[in-house]
Amino acid sequence: MQAFLHQVLSGIATGGIYASIALALVMIYQATNHVNFAQGEMATFSTYIAWKLIDIGFPYWIAFLITLVFAFAAGVAIERVIVRPFYKAPVLSVVAVFIGLLLIINALSGAFFSYTIKPFPSPFPTDAWYASPYLSSHEVGMIFVTLAVLAAVFAFFRFTPLGLAMRAAAENPVSSRLVGVRVGWMLALGWGLAGLIGAVAGMMTAPIVYLDPYMMFGILLYGFAGALLGGIDNAWGAVLGGFIVGVLQNLAGAYLVGTELMVTVALVIIIGILVVKPSGLFGRTIVTRV
Amino acid sequence: MSAILETRRLSASYGPTQVLHEIELEVPRGGIVTLLGANGAGKTTTLRALCNMMVRLSGEIHFDGKRIDNVATEDIVRLGIGHVPDGRGTFVSLSVEENLRLGAYTRRDKQVAEDFERIYGYFPRLRERRRQQAGTLSGGEQQMLAISRALMLRPKLLLLDEPSFGLAPLVVQEIFRILRTINQQEGVSMLLVEQNANIALDLADHAYLLETGRIMLNEPSASIRNNESVRRSYLGY
Amino acid sequence: MAILDTPRPAATALFAGLSLRTWKLLGLALTLVVACVLPFVITSYELLLVTQVIVYAIALLGLNILTGYNGQFSLGHGAFYAIGAYVTAILLDKTGIPYWATIPIAGVICLVVGFLFGLPSLRLEGHYLALATFALAVATPQLLKFKDFDFLTGGVQGIVITAPSSPGLPMRDDQWLYFFCLLWTIPLFVLAWNLLRGRTGRALVAIRDHPLAAATMGIDLARYKSITFGVSAMYTGIAGALGALLAQFVSPDSFDFFLSIRFLVGIVIGGLASMTGAFFGAVFIEFVPNLADYLSKAAPQAIYGIVLIGCMYLMPNGVMGLIRRLGRHLGRLVAR
Repeated sequence: MQAFLHQVLSGIATGGIYASIALALVMIYQATNHVNFAQGEMATFSTYIAWKLIDIGFPYWIAFLITLVFAFAAGVAIERVIVRPFYKAPVLSVVAVFIGLLLIINALSGAFFSYTIKPFPSPFPTDAWYASPYLSSHEVGMIFVTLAVLAAVFAFFRFTPLGLAMRAAAENPVSSRLVGVRVGWMLALGWGLAGLIGAVAGMMTAPIVYLDPYMMFGILLYGFAGALLGGIDNAWGAVLGGFIVGVLQNLAGAYLVGTELMVTVALVIIIGILVVKPSGLFGRTIVTRV
Repeated sequence: MSAILETRRLSASYGPTQVLHEIELEVPRGGIVTLLGANGAGKTTTLRALCNMMVRLSGEIHFDGKRIDNVATEDIVRLGIGHVPDGRGTFVSLSVEENLRLGAYTRRDKQVAEDFERIYGYFPRLRERRRQQAGTLSGGEQQMLAISRALMLRPKLLLLDEPSFGLAPLVVQEIFRILRTINQQEGVSMLLVEQNANIALDLADHAYLLETGRIMLNEPSASIRNNESVRRSYLGY
Repeated sequence: MAILDTPRPAATALFAGLSLRTWKLLGLALTLVVACVLPFVITSYELLLVTQVIVYAIALLGLNILTGYNGQFSLGHGAFYAIGAYVTAILLDKTGIPYWATIPIAGVICLVVGFLFGLPSLRLEGHYLALATFALAVATPQLLKFKDFDFLTGGVQGIVITAPSSPGLPMRDDQWLYFFCLLWTIPLFVLAWNLLRGRTGRALVAIRDHPLAAATMGIDLARYKSITFGVSAMYTGIAGALGALLAQFVSPDSFDFFLSIRFLVGIVIGGLASMTGAFFGAVFIEFVPNLADYLSKAAPQAIYGIVLIGCMYLMPNGVMGLIRRLGRHLGRLVAR
């Protein structure tokens, strides 16, 4: 029983990471109808930046903040420069561009920081008061941080004029222009935010899985599975989906297939959802007009 | 200039297809002008061209003394043109209140809150439904919301694209009555695109008739209403 | 992408006395002659590379049928290449089946697997399918390494194969293997050529460009799409099987996600919906990593990424598209 509880709680901890990635994917998807395949690599590269900053001597939380700024700016820059010309292109071209982006960023990570696995520090000391047999202190910290970031993002969208404008731009760019919203910049901001969220996810997960250029490959897939499970057009659902995938994955790994087949579990979840209920648990079924 | 809006040799195309051919129209300050015509005549295209949306245009557009034919849509709005598009264009997943707040997005003054009150004064039904999701409103209510959103801008000129479309006659009357009030009390100029010539001529002082992208008639509403042969051949009643 | 209806110079145009068609046939004949002579004039190592190019060309043709002509995205074709390779390896390792018989078996197995994967994929469009196949590509090495399958797959160490030997002909083993691959290439390409030029090809392209219209014209989308998936997987699986014979070795890490990426890059640069493009693409993905590796470990990937983005930006129809465009300009200049 204790082991089961541990698996579930641990799953919630990793689920927070997947929920963050799922949210980042959904944000960009809602605004552009495209899945950002490079989301994971952007997060990895940002985590490398943090690593370097800490390596040079910055205290953890300062490095954390600087990395967030970097990740935001990088997201905006990538949208404006690389993705912008392809918005009206056919799906094939767009996916190819995103994959290209994935490859380039991955290569940059490897080139600048080498392919050797690096340990990444956790800001949560192992003997902290909130550690327990069910959850390590880092896992507790991880849940707290990801929930805080998610809450901040939701508050931003819900209560600020800029957040409202971004939601409007994502839903109806034409009408948004008619009220004066600069839709292009809203998209860029969306990418910036997604990059920022991804960076948080990367920095939280690196202490556990260690930092190497391929760190986020599997996580991207789990995040996507979570987004699909919750409904790719529904931010709340995506977040919930991420948590569910985290728990499912841990339980499957512990009781069913062992840790080696976890990506396969994600694959099965993805295909299963897409076949059975493509709009996910909470999504709306989209009816296309002919 | 006494006209708040004036176009000179305005042409517009979608890609290679030219839809508007050198049209010239004028909206006097504080006046209401209507643009009539059958389906496909180019009425919606005209309003889009005025906001530099979706069309390639040539010619000149003068608004409030400035040329705006090269200005981006988002910036035209900031100059004081409110556009109520065809199909209403409400943000269906956002609440009524959020829709209205978006209308005031570009405003930096402190009177936004009292404008909410003013709008609710014109359309009390919106106040009742202000936290409701806009997509759940009836057609008439959505039209009211669309007009209100444009009004939150405190526009000098209001462009309306077929506000009567798909609405019951009583609702249409109510909306048009309110439009007249807004025009009289706040001096908002209006350019009204309509298929329903009867009710448009009731509201507007002056009318243009558009046929396959060209202006065929340019008369005060009264003279069109009194001219039976014009009414019969061009407006069908 | 109206690739199949690029305007051509008039069919009756003559260039230096011969029609365009005759020139193309001559070109083909010349290529075949060169192909037959080649193995005897180049070194063993070079022959290995060329044979690999041929194998990749078959794989790329498979992917192109699915993605280029039929518009169904696959980021996971490395998985079918892996299946083909492992089928051959396992059969040679565990049974007495001769090497030449393993190829069609690999093809059939991949046809079925591809078809089965294609069935649920009917519901998936564009980037959903891309994501699902992406997951397949990432999961493949994991599945191959799975301990419970070790008895079959040889686990992380993989399986070693002995190369087929020349059946009494006056040539070395590797030269024989080259011709063996060529013997598979020719009918596969001819078959594809026939299919794609005819009704089937038009149906595939219709499904790609206007699925709704295609369905209303009576094209059975479900049948065509899943069969196309199967056929595409079959081609790539056969390529994988041949590739296994060539490498004389299979192991899980040779079939990672980046193999699928290389295939994607191959068809993008060669030209979507182009058969000859498969060869250009194959040459690119065979030689670039070898050269780029000298620069740094990260270079091949960066190059692929830049190529993908650059191609989409500059020449969305790949090298073949570029050649066709140039050809049309030249044609207008030269034809009389």
